[in-house]
Amino acid sequence: MSYFVDKKGYYGEFGGAFIPEMLYPNVKELEDNYLKIMQEPSFQKEFQELLKEYVGRPTPLYFAKRLSEKYQTKIYLKREDLCHTGAHKINNTIGQILVAKKLGKTRVIAETGAGQHGVATATVCALMGIECVVYMGEIDIARQAPNVARMKMLGAKVVPALSGSRTLKDATNEAIRDWINNPVNTHYIIGSVVGPHPYPDMVARFQSVISEEIKKQLLEKEQTENPDYVIACVGGGSNAAGAFYHYLDEEKVNLIAVEAAGLGIHSGESAATSILGKEGVIHGSKTLLMQSEDGQITEPYSISAGLDYPGIGPLHAHLYRSKRAEFISITDAEAMKAGLELCELEGIIPAIESAHALAVFNMKKFEESDVVVLNLSGRGDKDLDTYVKYFKL
Amino acid sequence: MNRINQKLQENKKLLSIYFTAGFPKINDTVSIIENLEKSGVDFIEIGLPFSDPLADGPTIQASSTQALDNGMTSEVLFNQLKDIRKTVSIPLIIMGYFNPMMQYGIENFCKKCAEIGIDGLIIPDLPVDVYNDHYKTIFEKYGLINVFLITPQTSLERILFIDQISEGFIYMVSSASVTGSQNAFGKSQDDYFKRIADLNLKSPQIIGFGISNAETFKQATKYAKGAIIGSAFVKYLDENGTANINKFVNGIRD
Repeated sequence: MSYFVDKKGYYGEFGGAFIPEMLYPNVKELEDNYLKIMQEPSFQKEFQELLKEYVGRPTPLYFAKRLSEKYQTKIYLKREDLCHTGAHKINNTIGQILVAKKLGKTRVIAETGAGQHGVATATVCALMGIECVVYMGEIDIARQAPNVARMKMLGAKVVPALSGSRTLKDATNEAIRDWINNPVNTHYIIGSVVGPHPYPDMVARFQSVISEEIKKQLLEKEQTENPDYVIACVGGGSNAAGAFYHYLDEEKVNLIAVEAAGLGIHSGESAATSILGKEGVIHGSKTLLMQSEDGQITEPYSISAGLDYPGIGPLHAHLYRSKRAEFISITDAEAMKAGLELCELEGIIPAIESAHALAVFNMKKFEESDVVVLNLSGRGDKDLDTYVKYFKL
Repeated sequence: MNRINQKLQENKKLLSIYFTAGFPKINDTVSIIENLEKSGVDFIEIGLPFSDPLADGPTIQASSTQALDNGMTSEVLFNQLKDIRKTVSIPLIIMGYFNPMMQYGIENFCKKCAEIGIDGLIIPDLPVDVYNDHYKTIFEKYGLINVFLITPQTSLERILFIDQISEGFIYMVSSASVTGSQNAFGKSQDDYFKRIADLNLKSPQIIGFGISNAETFKQATKYAKGAIIGSAFVKYLDENGTANINKFVNGIRD
């Protein structure tokens, strides 16, 4: 079985490009060119240089000694939290801004939920001197004020999405509408492995640097490229796609995707898409998504703004359906506890998204000899408010 | 022959009106359709509301949200329309996004449409190739016409391909925009309308997006067979309710 995208843009039965005709030329242009551009030596040279000098790659693969002692297994943390702007998101925006330049685009748009992808996009636009417009749900703008300020400082225009539930999915709708209205000069930088083909594949390729580095680093530390487990959280699924990418065909490497259960899977306040979702079409992609009986897309909930997306990338839907990856849901409470534990044991404040992945150690018993790599996708600075309120610090 | 094709043979410029089912009130659907026909509208697009209408501007988005809040669903709409052919004879098209239809089951959805007397579907986010590969035979089995869109950015090659596979009309999107975002057409639109007319396609073209009044209707139908009004009518319903629909329609036709 293949876990990579096929010629028509599908992962098994998921994916494709369910887009209105108005977007056909934009998406087709990207589809016809993205692989060609990414393979150009001049592109690779600039991309690799920026990842090294600007983003700060390779990020360390850190052996978490005290965490390992506590859970009686060997835990390595892939420190994406140390990337410039504080999360893995910038791996993708660096790649896409270079693609946009090669395509001659002069304007960039993006959607953002918590604001991490918005900041990463605003950052690379400032770096390249390209106009940047970020769509963000009106509700998210209110609850993520520091990231809104960062985007503005970086020169981006932040436009509130006022439709629907006024959160990430609506910000994505608004970005897509903007692209319909500006089909010629604008590139849309999608922030996750979602959206119409070729986005899920393009974003996964840009994020695949994560597992590429893990392989090299693990070979040095453990004399093998392959761990027993790779763990990553999944909202749309870009950090997981990057951490899994070079292990997809290594069937001996167990992949664990961690979703947000919110207040509990069946509480009505959850973002556990693989369990609660049904096949459907969202933002141009056929995947698993949370929806009503009648096919209206429902609003997910998680304490982590980066995990409350009602769908998952088509790659992950395929990994779920084919059982290549194990999907585990973690509640707000479990994630918050695991986040605080990492602070206390390792001196690292994780993003609440990544804290969901960390909570797996309380859910699942690993062997003492197991090598477990956990992708620490982002740092927790942006979540201080939430941590402070939650623990009454 | 399908009612749409019959209508397209009439020697006049056609006016089509879009409205969102379940808006302003859940049970307005049938009376809106009947009044539109009485007012002389040539065919009607019944909008099946969706939570995330990507191709629509603020007016139709808001009406969709309201309609969903009012309780509109595929099932409710089909129930409302079950006797529609006793009173209405002009072509009726359902316009909606793919996901709600997929959840209803495409075959079930088409079967229901056929039972009621729906003539065609417009599904903006169902791509042509997916339709051809998976759903064409189902649509044909139930005698439904699937209407495809073209835009000013559509390549000539693709326009010719879409013309080939179209069985009714081509829905010509007036400009690079979502619905409801224009006030008047400029030269670039006029050039585009003429460019398409000069291709002498086998399928008649009906222009939509940005048509709101007598002037834009006239501009759009200078070359095309007809035009579709959506957002402007939804806004009219929002402000005036369902009374005096004929006043709106008369205002378009002068």
